[in-house]
Amino acid sequence: MTQESIIHFEKVNKWYGNAFHVLRDIDLDVRPGERIVICGPSGSGKSTLIRCVNALEEYQEGRVTVNGILLGDDVKAVEQVRRQVGMVFQQFNLFPHLTVLENLTLAPMWVGKMPKKEAEERAMQQLQRVQIAEQAQKYPLQLSGGQQQRVAIARALCLTPKIMLFDEPTSALDPEMINEVLDVMIELAGQGMTMLCVTHEMGFARQVADRVIFMDQGQIVEENTAHEFFANPRNERTKDFLSKILNH
Amino acid sequence: MADTFTPVAPRPAPAAAAGMSMWLRRNLFGDWRSSLTTVLLLALGVYLLPGVLQWSLFQAVFGAHADACQAARGSGACWGVITEKWRIIIFGRYPFEEQWRPEVATLVMVAGLVVSCIRWFWRPWLALLWVGVLAVFFALMLGGVLGLSPVRTDLWGGLPLTVMLATLSIFLAFPLAVLVALGRRSNLPAIRTVCIVYIELIRGVPLISVLFMASFMFPLFMPQGTTIDVLVRVLVGITLFAAAYMAEIVRGGLQAIPKGQLEAADTLGLSYWQTQRKIVLPQALAMVVPSMMNNFISIFKDTSLVTIVSLYELTGALGLALNSDVNWRPFKIEAYLFITAIYFAFCFAMSRYSLWVEKQLSVSRTR
Repeated sequence: MTQESIIHFEKVNKWYGNAFHVLRDIDLDVRPGERIVICGPSGSGKSTLIRCVNALEEYQEGRVTVNGILLGDDVKAVEQVRRQVGMVFQQFNLFPHLTVLENLTLAPMWVGKMPKKEAEERAMQQLQRVQIAEQAQKYPLQLSGGQQQRVAIARALCLTPKIMLFDEPTSALDPEMINEVLDVMIELAGQGMTMLCVTHEMGFARQVADRVIFMDQGQIVEENTAHEFFANPRNERTKDFLSKILNH
Repeated sequence: MADTFTPVAPRPAPAAAAGMSMWLRRNLFGDWRSSLTTVLLLALGVYLLPGVLQWSLFQAVFGAHADACQAARGSGACWGVITEKWRIIIFGRYPFEEQWRPEVATLVMVAGLVVSCIRWFWRPWLALLWVGVLAVFFALMLGGVLGLSPVRTDLWGGLPLTVMLATLSIFLAFPLAVLVALGRRSNLPAIRTVCIVYIELIRGVPLISVLFMASFMFPLFMPQGTTIDVLVRVLVGITLFAAAYMAEIVRGGLQAIPKGQLEAADTLGLSYWQTQRKIVLPQALAMVVPSMMNNFISIFKDTSLVTIVSLYELTGALGLALNSDVNWRPFKIEAYLFITAIYFAFCFAMSRYSLWVEKQLSVSRTR
């Protein structure tokens, strides 16, 4: 483990049930402020990998350490890690019975014990940051997909996380709304946030990723700087994948 | 040269044909089948209506005259039975001179229920209000305070008993049902097993058996000398019975919550109870309003079964009023129509309220 890594995977193995070996011997180190894009075919384990970072998934072998905290059976460790890691989902997962503002203030007020007024101020700041402050009093289902995903990002940011996980944040969006979400993510990357993004937006990967990781069948096949990854993929499997998603 | 996109200006929808004749044609005489049905039903109504009016109004006896009623038997209704017996039907065996007490007590409780249904009153102090309502209800019914003469609970009866049993068992069963439903989905095997056994056991027996157990068998297990009032035992019986059914309704709602909601709550660091209270239950309970209200209505009517353990609620009090009186015993139908109207008023109100709640919840969530 290198001293400065904020996320550290060491020989991590995970199975679904007895037969499905979803993560195989994963070794990964992420430095603070690093932006990593993870791509690969569906079922390759990329979502499972980032979900191990905030303990939404358990693993059976190896060690996952986040900011020096070992994620295992310890419930306290899980709580501590989740306080530092924000997550954005493909399906937004906003709470439909709460207004946008209530979605944002819920965790700061109940988990962070923040007074309501302060939580609302912070929420409005984050909504301004994702350029959606005027929708604060609406319910999530009254917004477009792109707006909902920006609310979801703002909700995660309200807890001032050190690390942000993005699990295919643009895959459920209409094509015209993808860019408004990517713009927010690019802005976030510019602020020095540590980011792990599972995405197939290769333009985004080229623009902001420090490193691109390609996964297949539960393994990390290849990882490289974004430029090298696209210009000179080394592995045949990577070349095959890139030719399929880039050439049309 | 590039084309520019100019949207067509929106126009109002064509006016729908309105008017009485249009409505009739569309709804009652759409095609020959619909017309035939309309005509047949109309004919049936015209055929039955005179008889119904004759029996219930023109030939009916309204005064409390037993002889006149006997004379009209077979041709006219004897509403006199209600004039004569309504106080026993409504208040059961409660001492006659003291019957203003159950009257006021019931009005207070019904007022409490109505108030609780209005959105403006959904504040924390509503709980305090209910402490007051229950205190007033039991003080009036039991007596022994403020110079009111004590009345034993086995003398309670009629509508006050029905309203009290239904209200209290619903209020007590609801939180229990939520806990049991959550318990049935718990990760802890012990809790899960207890909840499953409880639900399956209760659902496996009829309410009558539960009431029998509560009334006759339970005292056998109590240590010598200690007694629990039969009313309390029956109330606990109905509550446990109702909670098992409600728990399954709540579980249906819990299962409909997408997994992503729980993951989002986990990610934000909410604890199990915070997640249930803030995220899961508000959505799950909103989804099950119709079937939950269905169950409430069911409980309200099921209270009539407590007659078999000698508690004379509305239905029981009706039997009490008529069975021992040879003069009025033949006119049960009229008396039953009377309590039918009372049951219907309560159940219909609940049903309409349920629709209103559904509407309230849906406007707040979608566009």
